[in-house]
Amino acid sequence: MYSDTVMDHFRNPRNVGEIENPDGVGEVGNPVCGDIMKIFLKIENNVVVDAKFKTFGCGAAIASSSMATELVRGKTLEDAWELSNKAVAEALDGLPPIKVHCSVLAEEGIHKAINDYRMKKGLEPWVEKNPHSHDHAEDLTCDH
Amino acid sequence: MGVQRTIYMDHSATTFVKPEVLEAMIPYFTEHFGNPSSLYGIAQYSRKAIDSARVQTAKALGADPEEIYFTSGGSESDNWAIKGVALANRKRGNHIITTRIEHHAVLHTCQFLEKEGFEITYLPVDQYGLVNPVDLEKAITDTTILISVMYANNEIGTIEPVAELGAIARKHKVYFHTDAVQAVGNIPIDVKTQNTDLLSLSAHKFYGPKGVGALYIRKGVRIENLIHGGSQEHKRRAGTENIAGIVGLGKAIELATTDIPGHNATIKAMRDRLIKGVLEKIPNSRLNGHPEKRLPGNFNVSFEFIEGESMLLWLDDEGICASTGSACTSGSLEPSHVLLATGLPVEISHGSLRLTLGDANTEGDVDFVLEVLPKVVQKLRDMSPLYRKSGKEGGCNV
Repeated sequence: MYSDTVMDHFRNPRNVGEIENPDGVGEVGNPVCGDIMKIFLKIENNVVVDAKFKTFGCGAAIASSSMATELVRGKTLEDAWELSNKAVAEALDGLPPIKVHCSVLAEEGIHKAINDYRMKKGLEPWVEKNPHSHDHAEDLTCDH
Repeated sequence: MGVQRTIYMDHSATTFVKPEVLEAMIPYFTEHFGNPSSLYGIAQYSRKAIDSARVQTAKALGADPEEIYFTSGGSESDNWAIKGVALANRKRGNHIITTRIEHHAVLHTCQFLEKEGFEITYLPVDQYGLVNPVDLEKAITDTTILISVMYANNEIGTIEPVAELGAIARKHKVYFHTDAVQAVGNIPIDVKTQNTDLLSLSAHKFYGPKGVGALYIRKGVRIENLIHGGSQEHKRRAGTENIAGIVGLGKAIELATTDIPGHNATIKAMRDRLIKGVLEKIPNSRLNGHPEKRLPGNFNVSFEFIEGESMLLWLDDEGICASTGSACTSGSLEPSHVLLATGLPVEISHGSLRLTLGDANTEGDVDFVLEVLPKVVQKLRDMSPLYRKSGKEGGCNV
């Protein structure tokens, strides 16, 4: 069902854990829906110098968190913001159609963490270019 | 991966075919392949084989051989029982009573009938998954034509009081169907004393082959056919018989019902040790289903803060075959309708695991699961943002 890359990132997830005193935190998902992703970012000079995650969810959710944190490390905030769910899914060599929402969750988690950082800095949060209308927090029907 | 061995703990999903069963089947693929409907001599062998399988099946259920009809499995039997009774009795009424925890073969059939103008009552269950006979009696109306309650639940293993429910149905002159797919071989069945009018079973749940099942239809029950065509199965179920499959079903049901108490004692001892061990070793875990009124091999447990699919993937890496009530495996986003019907919160339903023991298991398997499962749960909890939130200590050394 899953690609070897997904299984690798599920079995050996990169960047699991929390960052002490993170510069940005983004939590997305809902336990009722069976997935919650919490992304922690350390940002220095506009660059993501560290990214970690904690995830409650299926294999694809864990692999997507792992891959997304890998992909944003070392990127400028502008580049990290550009990380799309498609890029996460492609880097994982694809996700089954019913699991695509896991990569969407990863993109949203990164976005939320970046905006958390921006707001803490007194900056305007960036606006989602392609809103997925996927904020589980207000969406208890889990209708991804 | 490094899988050294396979530990199969998913007997409620399906079972292996016992060697004696396979042996009985083989000649009916190769030598005695004649179409039972044909006239020539060699067709006699297949006809006789079907007759003896019918006798074996009837004996296992306390039925008469003429009341046994072979089908393609549990789903067909459930479809036939419900649609067949609904269509044949629609002049008497359009009301059917079932429960919220039925298998989808029953639930989706009832939902289909709803679209066709039937009214369905879905009875609730208590926290253990038990149907209350009082609720059933209250739900019966003048237009009720059928009651369908499963004998034992496939997910949480709860055994329903079918004899009592059947007696209520009979008192009100309503047909009583039970989906006994999980019960055969685990609970002694006697359709006569248990007031059953229709009963579904499937061979692959009791060490027989897949693709074959049976429906018991008590003599006198008004029921339409589901599969139309030739005059097989006393003109009630068309289609050339799956001879080898039917022979396998007959042999398997005979073996499975020869010594139910003895068989259950072995399985139950292993299962009870597994339940005790898991609940002791893993905090924030709870048993789903009834503590005593449950299938001998069934263990359904929920672990807080984690999700079922990731648990299954880790267990699979260790060679352990299990299943979950989480939505993430099934492709739907709602977790198990059975767990939700027992009142288990949605988020905890996501972290549920079903281990069903059977003849493939040994005490060594139980030891292995008791060693591996706590580590898997801890690994996922360490990764879970919910674990910390609940004030538990969670290291991050995954």
